[in-house]
Amino acid sequence: MAHGRGKRLSRWGWEVIVQHEPKPGVLARRDAIIAGLRRLLPEDNVIGDALRLKPYETDGLSAYRQIPLAVALPETTEQVAAVMAYCHREGVRVVPRGAGTSLSGGALPLEDAVVLGLMKMSRILEIDYADRLAVVQAGVTNIGITNAVSANEFFYAPDPSSQLACMIGGNVMMNSGGAHCLRYGVTANNLLGLKLVTVEGEILEIGGAYCDAAGYDWLGLITGSEGQLAIVTEVTVRILRSPEGQRAMLAAFDSIPVAGACVDAIISSGIIPVALEFMDKPCIHACEDFAHAGYPLDAEAMLIIEVEGSVVEQDDLLSRIREICAQFNPISMKVSQSAEESLAIWKGRKGAFGAVGRISPDYLCMDGTIPTSRLPEVLGRITEMSHECGLGVANVFHAGDGNLHPLIMFDANDPESFRKAEKFGGDILKLCVDVGGCLTGEHGVGVEKRDLMTYQFNPIELNQQRRVKSAFDPQWLLNPSKVFPLEDTTPPAMAAE
Amino acid sequence: MQTNFTAEQLRDPAIEVSNKILRTCVHCGMCTATCPTFLLRGDELDSPRGRIYLIKDMLESGRPATQEVVKHVDRCLSCLSCMTTCPSGVNYMHLIDHARTYIEQTYTRPWHEKLLRGALRVILPVPSRMRLALKATALVRPLAGLLPRKGMFFQRVRAMFDLAPRHIPATSSVETPQVHPAIGTRRARVALLAGCAQQVLSPSINEATIRLLNRMGVEVVVAKGAGCCGALTHHMGLHDPAVASVRANVRAWTQEIERDGLDAIVVNASGCGTTVKDYGFMLRHEPDAAQAARVSALACDITEYLTRLGYVATRPPSGLTVAYHAACSLQHGQKITNEPKALLAKAGFRVAVPHEAHICCGSAGTYNIMQPEFAGALRERKLANLEAVQPDLIAAGNIGCITQLSGRKPVVHTVELLDWMAGGPEPAGLPRSV
Repeated sequence: MAHGRGKRLSRWGWEVIVQHEPKPGVLARRDAIIAGLRRLLPEDNVIGDALRLKPYETDGLSAYRQIPLAVALPETTEQVAAVMAYCHREGVRVVPRGAGTSLSGGALPLEDAVVLGLMKMSRILEIDYADRLAVVQAGVTNIGITNAVSANEFFYAPDPSSQLACMIGGNVMMNSGGAHCLRYGVTANNLLGLKLVTVEGEILEIGGAYCDAAGYDWLGLITGSEGQLAIVTEVTVRILRSPEGQRAMLAAFDSIPVAGACVDAIISSGIIPVALEFMDKPCIHACEDFAHAGYPLDAEAMLIIEVEGSVVEQDDLLSRIREICAQFNPISMKVSQSAEESLAIWKGRKGAFGAVGRISPDYLCMDGTIPTSRLPEVLGRITEMSHECGLGVANVFHAGDGNLHPLIMFDANDPESFRKAEKFGGDILKLCVDVGGCLTGEHGVGVEKRDLMTYQFNPIELNQQRRVKSAFDPQWLLNPSKVFPLEDTTPPAMAAE
Repeated sequence: MQTNFTAEQLRDPAIEVSNKILRTCVHCGMCTATCPTFLLRGDELDSPRGRIYLIKDMLESGRPATQEVVKHVDRCLSCLSCMTTCPSGVNYMHLIDHARTYIEQTYTRPWHEKLLRGALRVILPVPSRMRLALKATALVRPLAGLLPRKGMFFQRVRAMFDLAPRHIPATSSVETPQVHPAIGTRRARVALLAGCAQQVLSPSINEATIRLLNRMGVEVVVAKGAGCCGALTHHMGLHDPAVASVRANVRAWTQEIERDGLDAIVVNASGCGTTVKDYGFMLRHEPDAAQAARVSALACDITEYLTRLGYVATRPPSGLTVAYHAACSLQHGQKITNEPKALLAKAGFRVAVPHEAHICCGSAGTYNIMQPEFAGALRERKLANLEAVQPDLIAAGNIGCITQLSGRKPVVHTVELLDWMAGGPEPAGLPRSV
């Protein structure tokens, strides 16, 4: 059924990630399948020609690419259900896609799969301030929810750095985090209900307008399932009252491990800032170039620390944080003096990944999580590894959560450089697991980290997870070739039993 | 992002530039969220990232442009919202300009598109022709209702009728080549781009600009030989006529610079301003590259220049609320965001900023004729956002936007309001001031 682990070379000498062997029957019926989809959706919502399929061959991780069989862009839950029922009947694989900002290749197509894009489902359906919730379609952007409620001084808390573009359906599927999750929790902690379409095309609703639905925690199971269990079409999220005010401060240090130690000192003192972010020198420079936020260009590392509440609360927290920072010989400390300054500080941070495009043609963004007490040691080791393999690394991450995002800089026009980058990334993630952390904090396993799953889990643990997948999707039609090492992604685990 | 150009392809200077631009893109997808066509269509192919991908594939393959690619590239407004959003600094403007030129050189458009585009390029950049065309439009307007509703060609012709003003203003005398002397002591000497379509549709904009600058002690030169900035043909991918317009302007202004010196080249149509500021790039391989770069460096928007001079209002505040509509060419193309609002506030207006201020109104040069469906949807969206702030009037810094948004609330050019509050006449069509 599947290729063994490994990669093959494309005609550019480029490594193509190997996925499930395409089903010959599906490839042979390509035209009939596209015609079938066209009967279910408006003409313009089905893409079937090679040329226009190409932009759908990849997502935010453009190192991996595969042109799909077709792209379907439904506009309603009913259309999603019709497409799913059709694909199920025809044995066609389906890869769900939101904004295509995944950094783990979560929306990487397969040659014989239909990419199911939810971008047209971008309506806010209901806002209920009394019960503090919003019901939105899966294709609403993360920031779109906050924008819809901000005039009434509400907001939606999880804020991935791609929040401008990434969509709530994808956030649910990857259990996305963000800078402010230190205080408010990740997507899973801010969800109330979901409308789903099963692989058979059945529409289901789980959870609802209240906390903790009766029965098993299906919401917890679906959240972070990387598009492998069902398609999310509507999401009910918790919205929160905006804080009275917030202020960010910058603390600059002349050493990366020292800044890491400062993070640990702040967290272990019992203070939970709203956000506690880390940036190293290359990142500081790239982001300053983009955002003009007044970042300290002389620093080896910088922390962005944000607190919120009343002015008195902010002052109290900031003074305690300054005291802690002072023990680590900072080069400078600066508290934002205006809303514009804070906005620029966050603009730089949120644009950090893209801004690295200014200093390197390509990057691989890692997403390991570690206990905060191990930060200095892990950061030191990453720097050493960078020297060993000869590739630059830019660090920008959610330090308060111990969620690392080393950006490994490479040149995609040089296959050797990419091979090195992939190995370097793998070694960083193994290091995270070694110190008691895990492979992914918020980006998901996707296709990028699937082979490392055996490093984190033993065969029994992995098999139990595969059985969950099989219970929802016995034929493994939904987003296969992701999450599990390829040789382990054959469906019979459950079906055979 | 990885690119696959051969060494031979990279010897083409245009490909070399595009390759560099493509290598800057990291495919993060942030641009999709602020792209007007992606908001309308929800399809990667109608987003900047999707178009970048289509263009990359087209250029790498070296094959003639295909109908599918042309469709999606044509749908791009060139509003450059993506460039404001892009954290990596991708120069989408130069990439899409290259793609448009490549399409014109390798793709044969259907006859009706050729006809329409040909007419637009011949008529719009020449004021006398445009005036004649508007008069002809007025004559046959009663028949416009008989046009078929279906078919792209007829929809486009209908859009032209909708956009053509019912009243054609009388010709102004300020635009003929001449020197408008400063009042009082001369502080500075500038050239004004008198433009093409704007002087026909709304001659009061140039009049207000010249009056205000003269009053502030600035001598304003309308240079002999300067005309259309070339944006119109440039954005149609018509390289040669665009470069001809650019060179004519560079020559005219260079003569002025060398004769009596120029402190600035003032542009009061921001679409043109974006292009004049790009002259240095457009002529980078030409013998007059240095002159073009000098012209670009001197070019500035009228609001930029008034801020530099220190604008002062002399009349008491009107009590009017102005919704400021940011033209994309100003906010994204030239990155001028605060100056117009600050000037209007200085002139005593209450300035209101609408929701989605970064999204295009759908005007975009000839876009509202060539893509009437998208342009219409964006117009409605923009007007709804502008009307939501309950303004007395709307101010904008670009004639394209002014034409596109007119018909409901009064829409005037920012400089007309600034001139009024500094002693000039009240712009026509305003609601009674409080």
